[in-house]
Amino acid sequence: VPRLTQWYLRSALIYLVLSLTIGLVLAANSMLGISPSLASLQPVFFHLFVVGWLTQLIFGVAYWMFPKYSRETPYRSVNLSRATFWLLNTGLLLRALSEPLFQPGSTPFLGYLLILSAGMQWIAGLFFAINTWGRVKTR
Amino acid sequence: MPILSALAVRAALIHLLFGFTIGAILLSNKAVSLHPALWSMLPAHIDFLLFGWAAQLAMAVADWILPRHAQRPKRGSRGIAGTAFIFLNLGVLLVAISTWMPFNTSIRSIGRAFELLGVTAFIVIAWQRIATKQRQIS
Repeated sequence: VPRLTQWYLRSALIYLVLSLTIGLVLAANSMLGISPSLASLQPVFFHLFVVGWLTQLIFGVAYWMFPKYSRETPYRSVNLSRATFWLLNTGLLLRALSEPLFQPGSTPFLGYLLILSAGMQWIAGLFFAINTWGRVKTR
Repeated sequence: MPILSALAVRAALIHLLFGFTIGAILLSNKAVSLHPALWSMLPAHIDFLLFGWAAQLAMAVADWILPRHAQRPKRGSRGIAGTAFIFLNLGVLLVAISTWMPFNTSIRSIGRAFELLGVTAFIVIAWQRIATKQRQIS
């Protein structure tokens, strides 16, 4: 397994545990009524699962198992793939931290963090698509 | 990678980009309230990422790597596999655009039916190929 795939898969596993933990908190909150503000964790729960776990697992396995690009650069651009990893994870963590705190009328700084998070994840998706496109080859 | 898997993986990458683009717009809209109507893109965001991206990529890779039949066609009927590809993609696109169309609930239902047909067609060809090493598939 390439080193970058290790990063992807281990991060994906951490996100799986994190998202299920938040899912547990949400379920406990609806049962015990701990705090209404905890309901704002719902989108974070979905996105940690779908982006942090599912999509990241796919990114990592695709990087490892898709047909090699060439003998010299089997994974096409390693730098682009590293950038994908860091942008996706930083963007997702920024979202997870800022989204539950953000309310209409709250400090603009939190809004800027959300926009930054959106941009980082979008660029990560674009970089992954660019790097993977050339490796989708028929025999 | 067989040609149909390659087509489906590339389609999945396009769906990923559509899904991430809409997601970025929705998240930014949450931060700066660009326009309330943008929230109507939420079903498109979900369908692009769950069915167009994740499910389609899983099916494309399964068609590529599942054990092959001993006789031709080695990966099962290419006609049925092609039908699965067309119906799934058409279904996701119909659900995605349904928000902005007249008769949107009807179009969304047709889209969902197409997605179901696509997945069912995939299952028809994949079922027999899901075999253990001990069992010779014919």
